[in-house]
Amino acid sequence: MIKKIKIALIGNPNSGKSSVFNALTGLNQKVANFPGVTVEKKTGYTSLRDKFGNTIEAEIIDLPGTYSLYPKSPEERIPFQLLCDPQNEAHPDLTIVVADGANLKRNLFLASQLVDLKIPVVLVINMMDIVRFKKININFEKLAIRLGVPIVSMNARKQEGLKELKEAIAKPFSPPANDFIDIRPFAPEVIDTIRQTVNVNSNYNAFLVANNLDLISNFEIPEFKKEKIRAVCAQYEFNAQQMQAKETLERYRVISTIMNEFISSPENPIQKSPSYRIDNVLTHRFWGYFIFLAVLFLVFQAIFAWAVYPMDLIDSAFAWLSVQVQSSLPPGLINDLLVDGILAGLNGIVVFVPQIALLFFFVAVLEDTGYMSRVSFLMDQLMRKFGLNGKSLIPLMSGVACAVPAIMSTRTISNWKERLITIMVTPLMSCSARLPVYTLLIALIIPSDYIYGVNLQGLVLMFMYLIGFVAAISAAWVMKHILQSTEKSYFVMELPTYRLPRWSTIGIHIAEKVKVFLFEAGKVIVSVSIILWVLSSFGPSGAFDRIEDKYLSETYIRSMPQDEIDRRIQSEKLENSYAGRLGHIIEPVIRPLGYDWKIGIALITSFAAREVFVGTMSTIYSVGDEESSKMTVKEKMRNEIDPETGGPKYTFAVGISLMLFYAFAMQCISTVAVVYRETRKIKYPLIQILYMSGMAYLASLIAYQLLK
Amino acid sequence: MILNKRMGTTIKYLSELKKGQKGIIDSFTDYELSLKLLEMGCIPGEIIEVIRIAPLGDPIAISVAGYMLSLRKAEAATVRLKPN
Repeated sequence: MIKKIKIALIGNPNSGKSSVFNALTGLNQKVANFPGVTVEKKTGYTSLRDKFGNTIEAEIIDLPGTYSLYPKSPEERIPFQLLCDPQNEAHPDLTIVVADGANLKRNLFLASQLVDLKIPVVLVINMMDIVRFKKININFEKLAIRLGVPIVSMNARKQEGLKELKEAIAKPFSPPANDFIDIRPFAPEVIDTIRQTVNVNSNYNAFLVANNLDLISNFEIPEFKKEKIRAVCAQYEFNAQQMQAKETLERYRVISTIMNEFISSPENPIQKSPSYRIDNVLTHRFWGYFIFLAVLFLVFQAIFAWAVYPMDLIDSAFAWLSVQVQSSLPPGLINDLLVDGILAGLNGIVVFVPQIALLFFFVAVLEDTGYMSRVSFLMDQLMRKFGLNGKSLIPLMSGVACAVPAIMSTRTISNWKERLITIMVTPLMSCSARLPVYTLLIALIIPSDYIYGVNLQGLVLMFMYLIGFVAAISAAWVMKHILQSTEKSYFVMELPTYRLPRWSTIGIHIAEKVKVFLFEAGKVIVSVSIILWVLSSFGPSGAFDRIEDKYLSETYIRSMPQDEIDRRIQSEKLENSYAGRLGHIIEPVIRPLGYDWKIGIALITSFAAREVFVGTMSTIYSVGDEESSKMTVKEKMRNEIDPETGGPKYTFAVGISLMLFYAFAMQCISTVAVVYRETRKIKYPLIQILYMSGMAYLASLIAYQLLK
Repeated sequence: MILNKRMGTTIKYLSELKKGQKGIIDSFTDYELSLKLLEMGCIPGEIIEVIRIAPLGDPIAISVAGYMLSLRKAEAATVRLKPN
């Protein structure tokens, strides 16, 4: 007989909860979002055998780390909703509470709340290696009897105690035998009425419902019952904050007696701990910042320089695949759609994987070791002025390589407002896709001279990166004042003990991030790529046929080699495609910036990715005499004449205006897709497109009008 | 430091402690923040010590209930200490 059970895993942040989760489920896990919020929902599966030989299939939900059942952020609302609403579809049959054995006083607080909820509990006392190192003595048997729940001691990193945990789960379980604190006297009428109205497990569950009235709107109970609950709370003037404070004090009072009775520990002054000595260096007034800069530099190097090799490999693999597809299928629409639409779109997604994997490797190591919270500690004073968090620096700096992984890595920022601001401004950092655009334009308009031994072109390039950074911080500062937040911004944060990274956990984490990006952001990117392909490969009826017919005539076939004719056809088709028409349509709008319709086409196609600018330019400028077909894009652009002035089209003013446009404008569907995924609201990517493109237009307009 | 004339003693706040100084939590001046601090183990009667001050002067790190907690100066200013 197969028995199916649902288990919820809950614990403080840094209690080693994910080690327990990974030890139980191995790779048998999947990640999704909890409905309606950007909180990751990790579900894993394991199958166990009870002592009669029956199979138990356990579905384990890894709840976000939390210090209590009182929700303060969207993440912390999840445990409340799952555990306190017995009608919730994910309501568990059993909870595994993970507590850090070396930090029991605070960890027992959450555990005690779960004991009183009266859902069956197995308490895992984790980090036994540190417990032994600190010579803390825990009387497990007596503690288990006092709490009324089975206790398993573990060192989940080393899978120590895993067998015992599985045995404890497989045993028939019952609700905790004792009340940790007696909650009913706190508000007897309210608790009784709630218990009579809705089916909840315990007095404490009823008490928590009264305490979080605003959250019961999500409960799956009829409206009139919700009204009844609200009414009784109002009638007896149930003061949620006072009740919560009273409950917390009572719990800690009981925890103190328990600590005295069952746990003995020698004095462990923090100043004697290895973490304290490490902090002496890592949060030092000089070395702290020096090492942080070095870490940033390393991350920067990795996603900028090292990622290039696998990215080139991916590009060549797709190039090879495109050639294969192109030559094995008959030429035509399907062929073009496969190669230029779908394969190009897929390439555009897969190429991000090395950067995402590398960045998440570093972010996971920094988080897992406990260093990330020190970064916050070091940088908070500085970053807070701009509405950002100390942890915002890693995404911002990674944005110089690519905004896509950078935005995905903002999940380490727990304050929603600070996280949102970081997401909104990160794309302003000059990413690597802007580099080909900058290099092309700088080569066009800036002489390769040296001033005081400094290369002028290099100086301008550096200046462009600086502009991106200044724009990002200024935008953050503005948003700090505009954005309203109901969530109070607290900095109260644990500085966890330093630990060695858990490589397997980090590996799983990277794999998850890559998977999520490929499948979720990937959908949007492929669809938009196909749309862009349609726009640039189709034109109003008959337009393309006329171009083909024109080049079939004798004059062209005699006077031109075939490849020149092909180039001309391609170029004229682009001009007459829907994208080309759009270029013409937007010309009046972009003329004040110094652009013509040709640049207009490039601006539109650049929305797939900024570096497409260079490719589009070379397609557009393939038209011309035989001489020009041998020139590079740069030379062709240099020779382009402005029909109005008779001088060169790409003047200093146009070049600067274009560079500023590319510095500020949101022209990257991958980023749009990721921002949508990370914020779950279409309005945020829309606002981002509008404000960034607005900034781009203004900056380019001013620059062009002043310089021309 | 605020001089409480009636009591003839001075009231001290966590934000006024220097690195290495200890104090005993007495009460809180911000109700909402106190709920967060309470659940993190900052209970009246608990001994706390300033372990470290960030190089830029803010935030600070304290030891409480056997672990290290960091909080901003402004937040520490809501924690009243027992007069010694």
